[in-house]
Amino acid sequence: MAQRKPIRWHVVVFLAPAVLVYTAIMIVPLFGTLNLSLFNFDESGRVFVGLRNFATLFGDPRWSGAFWNALANNAWFFAVHMLVQNPVGVMLAALLSSPRLRMAAFYRTAIFIPTILSFVIVGFVWKLILSPIWGIAPGMLDAVGLKSLFAPWLGREGTALTTLALISVWQFVGIPMMLIYAALLSIPDEVIEAAELDGVTGWAQFWKIKLPLILPAIGIISILTFVGNFNAFDLIYVSQGALAGPNYATDILGTFLYRTFFGFQLQLGDPHMGATIATAMFGIILVGVCLYLFLIQTRLRRYQF
Amino acid sequence: MSTARHSPARSIAAHAVLIAYTIIALFPVFVIIVNSFKSRRAIFADPLALPTAETFDLVGYQTVLKQGDFLLYFQNSMIVTVGSLFLVLLFGAMAAFALSEYRFRGNSLMALYLALGIMIPIRLGTVAILQLMVASGLVNTLTALILVYTAQGLPLAVFILSEFMRGVSDDLKSAGRIDGLSEYTIFFRLVLPLVRPAMATVAVFTMIPIWNDLWFPLILAPSEATKTITLGSQVFIGQFVTNWNAVLAALGLAIVPVLVLYLIFSRQLIRGITAGAVK
Repeated sequence: MAQRKPIRWHVVVFLAPAVLVYTAIMIVPLFGTLNLSLFNFDESGRVFVGLRNFATLFGDPRWSGAFWNALANNAWFFAVHMLVQNPVGVMLAALLSSPRLRMAAFYRTAIFIPTILSFVIVGFVWKLILSPIWGIAPGMLDAVGLKSLFAPWLGREGTALTTLALISVWQFVGIPMMLIYAALLSIPDEVIEAAELDGVTGWAQFWKIKLPLILPAIGIISILTFVGNFNAFDLIYVSQGALAGPNYATDILGTFLYRTFFGFQLQLGDPHMGATIATAMFGIILVGVCLYLFLIQTRLRRYQF
Repeated sequence: MSTARHSPARSIAAHAVLIAYTIIALFPVFVIIVNSFKSRRAIFADPLALPTAETFDLVGYQTVLKQGDFLLYFQNSMIVTVGSLFLVLLFGAMAAFALSEYRFRGNSLMALYLALGIMIPIRLGTVAILQLMVASGLVNTLTALILVYTAQGLPLAVFILSEFMRGVSDDLKSAGRIDGLSEYTIFFRLVLPLVRPAMATVAVFTMIPIWNDLWFPLILAPSEATKTITLGSQVFIGQFVTNWNAVLAALGLAIVPVLVLYLIFSRQLIRGITAGAVK
């Protein structure tokens, strides 16, 4: 049959608004940014420089120090999330899903509250609590006789980044908790009952039966955490400013991008190097997502009930 | 049932851990709200005490309402959030319907294309988005923010909604077609009401990051007339950093609206998540 099917206009109408807005505001600017990273200014105006911006970013001592510092800080920021946020989230979800737990809805709602607060609130309130001047934290440590442990954690180079990462964990632990809670609830009762008939209860039941079943959910959470962390900016900006003090100890890729693109104090903004950093971030996120999709997700066993 | 599963000791331990964590989660919010109602001296003297008749003071809130243009910021945030939420839900549901209902060439490719945005943050395009907004004269308008947030929210909305729309019974739609309903009527009259719970879930997930975003208001719309409440309170805190009453009151005011919205939607949100969004 040579005759083609007529175009079904309603399909076009249904798809067009979303595709247009998404393409125009998200995809085109994304490629615009990637493209911009290949140019720079010289005496004659904007010229194509190929990958030289990247060579500058990775190799020129004026840029590379800041870049590798931000990347290393970002990696540590992510590591703290993986080591603290996800185990705590799994633990809370496991407790919440224990059968016949009273007030489960209350706990769930309360523990999720920090997640809905804006970074402005979160950053500032923790600064207040940890402040040596106002001193809720020193006061509380004093009350239990541990005052000597107190230090201005946010102000010290050695501890500031970890403190901020833990604040971020405090804020976002509700997300892994909710997703894993949902995954735990979707495990059929028959599986649990069969385990109990075989005498597998309590901790053993959690490790041997439930954990393997929620691994795909943990995988999704890890990749979401990865994307979120390598894209983070707000918390650091709000609590430490665009300079990510003390002495750039809390500088991550997001704040580095912001400073480079918009400038700060005496340094002028540089759109091309900003685009270069954004492209590098894009590459990092892409590599991470691909590694996850091809190496980890394909090996995760999924169970169908 | 076996006693091992429900022993009282186990249940007490579970409650103890959960209560401890709930206190950790709520403590900072408690500190802000309590201290925002106290006089300056009382804030410093005993930060953890509840306001008493002597220490009760609204000076912080008075300063905020006098100095900051919080009503305007609040209105801006509402316009941006509601506007983009409406567009995300409408466009997202339409696209999700097209993807889940019709078979056409490039269907799965289109689905993949729209899902890309879940993994790649829109912020990485900021440099070019700013140039685009400057070129189209949209800098310092709420329209710019609404457009950006609509694009940001669409991928996840399409993804979740099309999963749900696959579950809507085919018989119902076929019955509608036999009765001569147009595809548009089927979508708006039959399918949309059925996926309302999924829409609520998407609404919450879309709304929170928009309301709390600092990056795009800071870059695209930092003018006084278009500041959102998140940016407004950030700037206010910067200016009033030593006026603790005012700062705490500003934070209190910023918490309340989103807290109220969350408490209204939380039941719906949990139902939406546990309905299988993760599978």
